[in-house]
Amino acid sequence: MKNYYDIVVIGGGPAGLAAAIAAYDNGAKDILILEREERLGGILNQCIHNGFGLTRFKESLSGPEYAARFVDGVLARNIEVFTQTTVLSLTKDKKITAINTEYGVFTVEAKAVILAMGCRERSRGALNVAGSRPAGVYSAGTAQKYVNIKGYMPGKSVVILGSGDIGLIMARRMTLEGAKVHAVCEIMPYSSGLKRNIAQCLDDFNIPLYLNHTITRIEGDKRVTGVVISEVDKDKKPISGTEMHFDCDTVLFSVGLIPENELTKGAEIELSPRTRGAVVYQNRETLVSGVFACGNVLQVHDLVDFVSEESELAGVYAAKYVLEGAIEHDGVEVVNGSNIGYVVPQRLDKNIGGNVKLFFRVTNTFRDCTITVKCGDTVLLQRKKKIVVPGEMETLLLTEAKIAQTNGKIEVVLEENV
Amino acid sequence: MSVISLTCIECPIGCALEVEMENGNPVSVKGNGCPRGKLYAENEVVCPKRVVTSTVRAKNGVMVPVKTDRPVKKSEIFEIMKKINQTTCELPVKIGDVLVENISDEANLVVAGNA
Ligand code: SF4
Repeated sequence: MKNYYDIVVIGGGPAGLAAAIAAYDNGAKDILILEREERLGGILNQCIHNGFGLTRFKESLSGPEYAARFVDGVLARNIEVFTQTTVLSLTKDKKITAINTEYGVFTVEAKAVILAMGCRERSRGALNVAGSRPAGVYSAGTAQKYVNIKGYMPGKSVVILGSGDIGLIMARRMTLEGAKVHAVCEIMPYSSGLKRNIAQCLDDFNIPLYLNHTITRIEGDKRVTGVVISEVDKDKKPISGTEMHFDCDTVLFSVGLIPENELTKGAEIELSPRTRGAVVYQNRETLVSGVFACGNVLQVHDLVDFVSEESELAGVYAAKYVLEGAIEHDGVEVVNGSNIGYVVPQRLDKNIGGNVKLFFRVTNTFRDCTITVKCGDTVLLQRKKKIVVPGEMETLLLTEAKIAQTNGKIEVVLEENV
Repeated sequence: MSVISLTCIECPIGCALEVEMENGNPVSVKGNGCPRGKLYAENEVVCPKRVVTSTVRAKNGVMVPVKTDRPVKKSEIFEIMKKINQTTCELPVKIGDVLVENISDEANLVVAGNA
């Protein structure tokens, strides 16, 4: 086998596929994709619901349909793919050690590496729920895999903790397959899922959403037999006297996603404590020259359409890196100011050129507010918003001309209008 | 005159819609960010429809993603699910293949993913 490639893409989900295609179409022809699962497509393979691709393709596709467009794109090009291949480590000098049944443990070197490992679900272990640990407790994504890929139902009577999109989608999916979903409870005063999913996954089937509620006890010895949910106060502490009991045999957790950055850490690539993804320039290059990151491994997106868009950016610049060589970065920091949770990219480099889309999330629900991008006292951009919520990623476009005006740290802040 | 509040499900923005009703008919729609929202609201207050997505078990056991190729009456979704769960197919199939013709309201059940 070959052990040197221009570009190695780690991960064959939506991010890796879009990045590989974009890199290829921009002149890098020697590309390898490493994918852990049997087939390309990543998590989209189990997201059989529709609504994907509205931004990108102007039509509503199922997850597998959306994936197929990119898988076909990869197959139509001369891009090499190893499936069922697990990457064990990555080094700063871009050596990747991986394992599969065909070659055993092997090492490939690359001029540029694109990190596209996606994210994983926050586990129940990360939460403090009292009670035993009986069978019947799954993450929503695991339940989705059981139902949609393996074809069996993990339970008949369900309570869901967390109102992330996967939880909402699974509330509908299990209802359609004959389960009774009693409740979705959300510890925050707002859902982190899309409004359309509240409407079409919960309201359509009269599934109640309890905001400011959490599961305070899971009952059952071998198998879940019920849960207790309680209302929480401002400090997220359960309020006694508000307990509600539900008989159920299954509990699903949909409590957030975390970028999967074990390999990134191993390569000593600087991560942002806020996104838990790599710190990147606007070309999606990390602070290690020639290593790029895109998609949910960089920041957890709401929509796959934006994953594709971001990954194409990484692919284009990875190709440029291969063809034209490394660039000396002259970067300023982009930081989150008041009421902003994070901003990506965290570095802006004037030498890269072009307009830059800033992606960010707010820390709370705000009505009638102003979002400002500034550099010192210079206001670069200002937008008034009627409502912003943490569950929806916001974007602002900084033009090249505005970027030229900057001479130091750029800050994004949100202020409530009075 | 009464007002019905809805969330548009046609795109991820999820606009909050207000539909003014007169004698059971929509007379105006407010809050829609684009024309699709108006259309959605006008249909939703008269006869709500949804695209149904699910899976069909192929004869070799593999699960094949499927969907109705147009929205079907919301009130018929569980009937349609029953039919979907009685359906099977032989592999290979490709995206767009019709598995059940006219499963409801002239909607066909089609393959919605590579199996
Ligand atoms: S009205 Fe238009 S913009 Fe608003 S949610 Fe519906 S489709 Fe999207």
